[in-house]
Amino acid sequence: MSDTAAPPTVFPRLAPIGMTGMLVTFSGILTESANRAALAFRAALVRESWPGVEETSATLTSVFVRFDPLHLSHAALGARLRDLLASADWLAAPLPGGRRRWRIPTVYGGEAGPQLAEAAGHTGMTPQDAAADLSAARVQVLTIGHGPGQPYLGVLPPAWNLPRQSALTARVPEGALVVAIRQLVLFSAPGPTGWRHVGQTAFRCFSPDADDPFALRPGDEATFHAVTPETMAAIRRDPAAGNGGATCEALP
Amino acid sequence: MTRALKVISCGPSVTVQDRGRPGHLAHGLSRGGAADRLALAEGAALLGQSGDLAALEMAGFGGEFAPTAPMRIALTGAPMDATIDGRSVVWNASHMLAPGQRLRIGAARRGVYGYLHVGGGIDTPLRLGARAVHLASGLGRAMAPGDAVPVGPDAQGQTGQVLAAQDRFSGGAARILTSAQTALFTPETLARFEATAFSRDQRANRQGMRLAFDGAPFAAQGQLNILSEIIVPGDIQMTGDGAPFVLLPECQATGGYPRIGSVIPADLPMVAQARPGAPLRFRFVDLPEALAAHRAAIAEKAGLRTKLRPLIRDPRYMNDLLSYQLIGGAITGWE
Repeated sequence: MSDTAAPPTVFPRLAPIGMTGMLVTFSGILTESANRAALAFRAALVRESWPGVEETSATLTSVFVRFDPLHLSHAALGARLRDLLASADWLAAPLPGGRRRWRIPTVYGGEAGPQLAEAAGHTGMTPQDAAADLSAARVQVLTIGHGPGQPYLGVLPPAWNLPRQSALTARVPEGALVVAIRQLVLFSAPGPTGWRHVGQTAFRCFSPDADDPFALRPGDEATFHAVTPETMAAIRRDPAAGNGGATCEALP
Repeated sequence: MTRALKVISCGPSVTVQDRGRPGHLAHGLSRGGAADRLALAEGAALLGQSGDLAALEMAGFGGEFAPTAPMRIALTGAPMDATIDGRSVVWNASHMLAPGQRLRIGAARRGVYGYLHVGGGIDTPLRLGARAVHLASGLGRAMAPGDAVPVGPDAQGQTGQVLAAQDRFSGGAARILTSAQTALFTPETLARFEATAFSRDQRANRQGMRLAFDGAPFAAQGQLNILSEIIVPGDIQMTGDGAPFVLLPECQATGGYPRIGSVIPADLPMVAQARPGAPLRFRFVDLPEALAAHRAAIAEKAGLRTKLRPLIRDPRYMNDLLSYQLIGGAITGWE
């Protein structure tokens, strides 16, 4: 039996993931500053490009480093990570550059969002008000994960702090907009989910054969404005509608 | 005529696999690739070609295949019943397949994932740098009858070689390392985990396998409050019902279940090859032991070619004995 000491509670903390991974965690709960810290720290690691480091990735509040332990020891990597952590106030880091603003047409409720009423019930709003609230919300891509190009977006107003469902929904379609714990997820492929399916887009997060296969990047801003089912049907029919009728502009 | 392997019939889970596409975790795409990486290396050694080439991975059951051109093949991984034109051929060996001949591969006798390698490798188009089908991400699809699998040009090496494969097809004890959430489990729970006899549940695919066991669920403290973070193949997640779930190459990129530990890469082929009911145990090891096993596994893969032996033809299978040029095959003494 190896080390079973009590969980460390000091952040940022380092922990191994498998034999070839190290995780740097800035917070055990989701905060915007911890999310910015993770994005900025990962960007710094990409710039540093240490020999032996094979891949890096940011999640909500942590950064994963995959490395070759035969060429860069766990101890050496840990020391370099601690030095880099100490070199800046990562929680005060700005958002990444090159951010964009997406406007993504969305149908809320009905067949397109079968759990809108149920989710609204948790917020205390009527389904109409809940749809209007989500339609107006300006959210940010906090991380890309779970599936290819699939964004976690937030942070929604406190009313949207709904728990995950106790049972999984067997399958939501590609482009499904689901909600839980003050976040939205836009599904990049059909799949099961414990979050509630409130709306549907025609947006493709992942186009494997495109020059830029992953549409969204962490830091990007998005709104999911309500459209009617008829408008969505027209978007789906129109080859000139681009990616699900979405628009994208660079943020200053 | 282009070189291809025609699929006459096949099982439901025959997919093109290679070493996967690393480097896309930041975009939510896990590496994927062959479930048994050692089998991939064994096929490359048998055919004397690069380990980067793609092969057909056959989960549980193979199929019937017909080449459009003379083709070297090798069979590795979970041993399956294989015949060429009705004559049994040896597993873990390389063979010649001629146009007009039929290669039939049946059910796995032990283990789960068998591999059919071809000289020159499977030559489907590269997508995001690899050929590996990643079903969970919508990259490619399983083979279906009527498909013609393109095969790359072959430098025409040897066939009739056999390799003594590491037996990893009946379960066993896997070494695990602590992971980010191991400390969320009490020492008693960790001890019970190591003492428990698990077996692979029916619920398993290339994303992961659930483990069946007798006893109380394994619970972590703060189980539902973990933010999603990167997960990797080998990680043992404790799902909501307290049953362990070992992640395999096509696992999602991120997850929020607590992980009690992580199977070391050297033991992952054995775990992936455990079929329903196969016994599995887990034992925590420290980092030096894991790294020593890693070095040994790398050396083992690198040395596979030195372990090739000529296939001794078993007379039981030699119903075409007279077609062999027994004299012509004799060595002269100074070769």
